[in-house]
Amino acid sequence: MPSFLEVQGLTKHFSVRSGAGLFSPRIPLKAVDDVSFSLKKGETLGVVGESGCGKSTTGRLVLGMMAPTHGSILLDGTAVHTRHDAVWRAQRQRMQMVYQDPVSFLDRRLPVGRQVMEPLTVHSIGSSVAERREKAEALFSVVGLRPDQFASYPHELSGGQRQRVILARALVLDPELLVCDEPVSALDVSVGAQVVNLLKDVQLSRGLTYLFISHDLKIVRQVADRVIVMYLGRIVEEAATQELFQQPVHPYTRALMSAVPSLKPHPQRRLSIQGSPPNPMQVPNGCVFHPRCPRASKLCQTERPELRNIAANRSVACHHPEDTTVSSPRKLETI
Amino acid sequence: MALVASTRSRSTWQRVTRSPPSIVLAFVWIAIMVVIAVTANHLAPYDTAATDLGARLRPPVFMSGGDWNHILGTDQLGRDTFSRLVLSVRASMTIAIISTFIAAAIGIVLGFVAAHSRGRLEQIILMLIDAQAAIPFMIVALAVLAFFGNSLVLFTVLLGFYGWERIARLCRGLALSASEQGYTIAVRDIGASPVRVYAMHILPNVASSLIVAMTLNLPEVILLETSLSFLGLGVQPPLSSLGNMVGAARDYMERAPWLVLAPSAVIMFTALAISIIGDWFRDLTDPAGESAR
Repeated sequence: MPSFLEVQGLTKHFSVRSGAGLFSPRIPLKAVDDVSFSLKKGETLGVVGESGCGKSTTGRLVLGMMAPTHGSILLDGTAVHTRHDAVWRAQRQRMQMVYQDPVSFLDRRLPVGRQVMEPLTVHSIGSSVAERREKAEALFSVVGLRPDQFASYPHELSGGQRQRVILARALVLDPELLVCDEPVSALDVSVGAQVVNLLKDVQLSRGLTYLFISHDLKIVRQVADRVIVMYLGRIVEEAATQELFQQPVHPYTRALMSAVPSLKPHPQRRLSIQGSPPNPMQVPNGCVFHPRCPRASKLCQTERPELRNIAANRSVACHHPEDTTVSSPRKLETI
Repeated sequence: MALVASTRSRSTWQRVTRSPPSIVLAFVWIAIMVVIAVTANHLAPYDTAATDLGARLRPPVFMSGGDWNHILGTDQLGRDTFSRLVLSVRASMTIAIISTFIAAAIGIVLGFVAAHSRGRLEQIILMLIDAQAAIPFMIVALAVLAFFGNSLVLFTVLLGFYGWERIARLCRGLALSASEQGYTIAVRDIGASPVRVYAMHILPNVASSLIVAMTLNLPEVILLETSLSFLGLGVQPPLSSLGNMVGAARDYMERAPWLVLAPSAVIMFTALAISIIGDWFRDLTDPAGESAR
């Protein structure tokens, strides 16, 4: 099966001042560095990593919101437009975004029903207002909102309901690819779970492809078929969800997973990592993770490990990965 | 008052009646001014140009020597002050409102264009704004009126250039911060054209600040119009405006102070009332504020 979304060598550099001074030189900040992945139709790819690792930038690059410095993005064989012209606008019908913060991403001066109808108006879908309204109302029931909430303003809805409105607005154009940028991190756990279930239901019924960006490993484990782990703009590990959670091989992935709180009476020893969160303006030489890595060697300080296949559909960027063959049936599966 | 509120919803009516007396008074005053402006022709008991040399400089009815024939007295040519005042209110209000809308239109368009384009076009617009802010508008107005003569249309359009630079600057700032907000990013991500983003989303969201800026501009335009008319460069006789009434009456300030005071009081109360209403309107247009109340 050919891949639906093909991302090759995606790189995004921002030019920033290196210091606070007026004349301090500009240096490139590598927000996303040589990221490649592919997605089949109907698949969900989870992207995890701590804040500032380039997850959201990757999501926005995939949607063509900004131009990448290098690399290519092919959606169903056609390149994703990055110049904001008519072609770009037309491409919005195929790919949409679900935002993190449902409060600020809704216009507080428009009734939510109007906002769900707006993509139809923008792309001149449907011949009359009544037809558009009908379509928007149908989506209201899909995402589990009451029809009488059509005329409500965003501030009259709860957080979960607002996120449903955002989802309805993203779905009203019948897109094929949905980039979910931390869709539930602003919601409390039970409401977040409802929204996650809704996302899964919608995916099943509509055959959507998701790029699911989150720092919440539990939710990624629920929704994703495959996961990529990012650190400082680079992919450090990629694997099927089940394999990744059962046996993470990159030290960073292992640290991420052991940071998830556990309810077990005798939790396993935490694998903690030293040092502060990385500064993307000072990317270390060699392996980007080596200053904080418990397994770092001389080699890690000088030579950057490439992302290499270690098994079928499984790759890692590490000189000293955890051995997958000598598998100790370990304790991480309850995350 | 009822005229203002009846077209709105009941909750608005309740809010009007529960609001402080200053707002109610401001509304009453503006409503009176609007009624006067609309019905000026029927309200004025005399023709404004009709002179009655037998009844010159008559005091108003509430002063000794006044009578009900001329409620607010007469001027040096025996013209009825009340009739002239009524028509002046119409002329001044119309000019001020049209000019403010012209200024708002120029300011909003240039402000949004500057915010959207960035780069060279923005620099040019900012330079225009600075140039306009640096030149006293009175000098510009004097020069234009001296070169091109005076007509009512030219005068109104000229006043329309008063204050556009403040609205443009405000608009650019508001648009810049609004375009960083989630709701504009979301609408742009949908694929909406810039015109749609600015007209349908950013403009309604920044409207409250713009309305306040416009209501602050309106009394200033009234004052500018009266100043120019006072100098004899604004509205020309036989048309009368509040400013040229004050200007014509200044020679008689000691003998007939009502000729100056009547139009001056109208100018002052109108400017004050519009400012108060502007503030009130800003609170009203915030839907999130309603639930908090």
